[in-house]
Amino acid sequence: MTDQKGTRVRYLKQRLGFRLLSSMAILTILPIIAVVIYIVIQGAPAISREFITGFPEDGMRAGGIWPAIVGTFYLTLGTAIFSVPLGIGAAIYLSEYAPQNRFTQMIRISIINLAGIPSVVYGLFGLGLFVLFLNFGTSILAGSLTLAIMTLPVIISTAEEALRAVPQAFRTVSISVGATKWQTIRRIVLPEALPGILTGVILGLERAAGETAPILFTVAAFFLPRLPNSPLDATMALPYHLFVISTQVPGMPIKIQYGTALVLLTFVLSMNIIATVIRSRARASRQW
Amino acid sequence: MNKNNQKITIQNLILHYSDGTESLQDISLDIPAHAITVIFGPAGGGKSSLLRVLNRLNDLVDVVKLEGEVYLDDLDVLSPKTDVIALRRRVGMVFARPVVLPMSIQENITYGLEIAGIKDDQRLEDSLEKAALWEEVKDRLDDPAVTLSGGQQQRLCLARVLALEPEVILLDEPTSGLDPISTGKVEESLQALKEDYTIVLVPHSVQQAARTADYAAFFLQGKLIEYAPGNLLFTNPQDQRTQDYVEGRFG
Repeated sequence: MTDQKGTRVRYLKQRLGFRLLSSMAILTILPIIAVVIYIVIQGAPAISREFITGFPEDGMRAGGIWPAIVGTFYLTLGTAIFSVPLGIGAAIYLSEYAPQNRFTQMIRISIINLAGIPSVVYGLFGLGLFVLFLNFGTSILAGSLTLAIMTLPVIISTAEEALRAVPQAFRTVSISVGATKWQTIRRIVLPEALPGILTGVILGLERAAGETAPILFTVAAFFLPRLPNSPLDATMALPYHLFVISTQVPGMPIKIQYGTALVLLTFVLSMNIIATVIRSRARASRQW
Repeated sequence: MNKNNQKITIQNLILHYSDGTESLQDISLDIPAHAITVIFGPAGGGKSSLLRVLNRLNDLVDVVKLEGEVYLDDLDVLSPKTDVIALRRRVGMVFARPVVLPMSIQENITYGLEIAGIKDDQRLEDSLEKAALWEEVKDRLDDPAVTLSGGQQQRLCLARVLALEPEVILLDEPTSGLDPISTGKVEESLQALKEDYTIVLVPHSVQQAARTADYAAFFLQGKLIEYAPGNLLFTNPQDQRTQDYVEGRFG
């Protein structure tokens, strides 16, 4: 009889534990849902064709945000051009070639530390190095380079992880049939790791697209009602524009602020969704 | 043993890994052409290590000490000047766990050929025929190789090696994960293949060693204990340790 009772108590404890854990899991998704719903409700009334494709008017209190959208797009693209080849190259070196020694150790520590630097420090660094010292001026070039440095650690560490996840046996087999190390990497390892690498790239770029501090001193224009036509032009960008209209302009209609936030959120979340789709597709097709 | 018929000559081979695990101690062994030479003994005896030296796959791991000489015909296998890519095309390897590359059945065969710059469509069918797999896969060559059964995958791995038309085939417990029927098929293929190739097999059991060996080498803790034609070694072992192992008293 006591045995039966003990069993019942244990089952009760198990059910209680399960409830507790599942409610914690639900709690974690509440904030994101709340944010999205709030921004959509507040921002949706502002969304129109003119808002997306128009230029700001009346001291940004009316009109659209097209220059900021284009600016963020260019900045994301520029960041990708600089950070993706470098990041993937570094990841290949670390995963496939680097010996275990002090030098490699130092590279890894640097990457970890790079990821920990506050983004506003990157902004100041970009101002010093790219804008002033290299004389790029406040430009898309300077901003992209600054964002690229900030994005590198994310891309390197996720790409390296993806490369390491490719079974060692594939490499051994490839080498054993007469492939060189590079042929093995190019034809077997990289294709297998590609979905994981892409996920990292997108997550890194998404962060770059949403950052304000690094572009504050390096590229972002307070108000520039035309589109940039060279990498050496300054540009407006969504995150900075949002900061400006939320804090710097008196008499700003609320719906324009939330409309801008909604556009930025959509931009970033859709990149996130693309990354998730790539990852889950790759997982489904993975057969080892 | 007929010295003229020798394919691989191993002299005073010593090997130590950096983590101090398995090693080879002063191994001298002549492996004849057109025969199945079986390397057997308890785990950790140095069998796989020896196999990996023969096509320089040991380059991929941390080896702290490698001395002695290995010749494939007249080629100095261990010389730093040796073209390891060419060597690995002459000496193919089949691993214990069937590892098919993440591509189609056909591409698994043609991968090594493409890398070697060989364009020869006939080799696909020939190699699959020799590995006794052609009939089972000829209508599904574009399917992913992982959709094959374990036994089929291991025969595909054999075919992948055969497509490169090597001279020597190394097999490291190729049937350890296979059922008896698949094992039988692989062993049959090997018997047919020895006409054209030199085969070095690490068997997964003493029984398989006895079934397949033309010559048998018994390895224990990195040492070559006894080497003799298979029919002699298994019926009349000269060393007490060989006899004990063959009769199942340890291992």
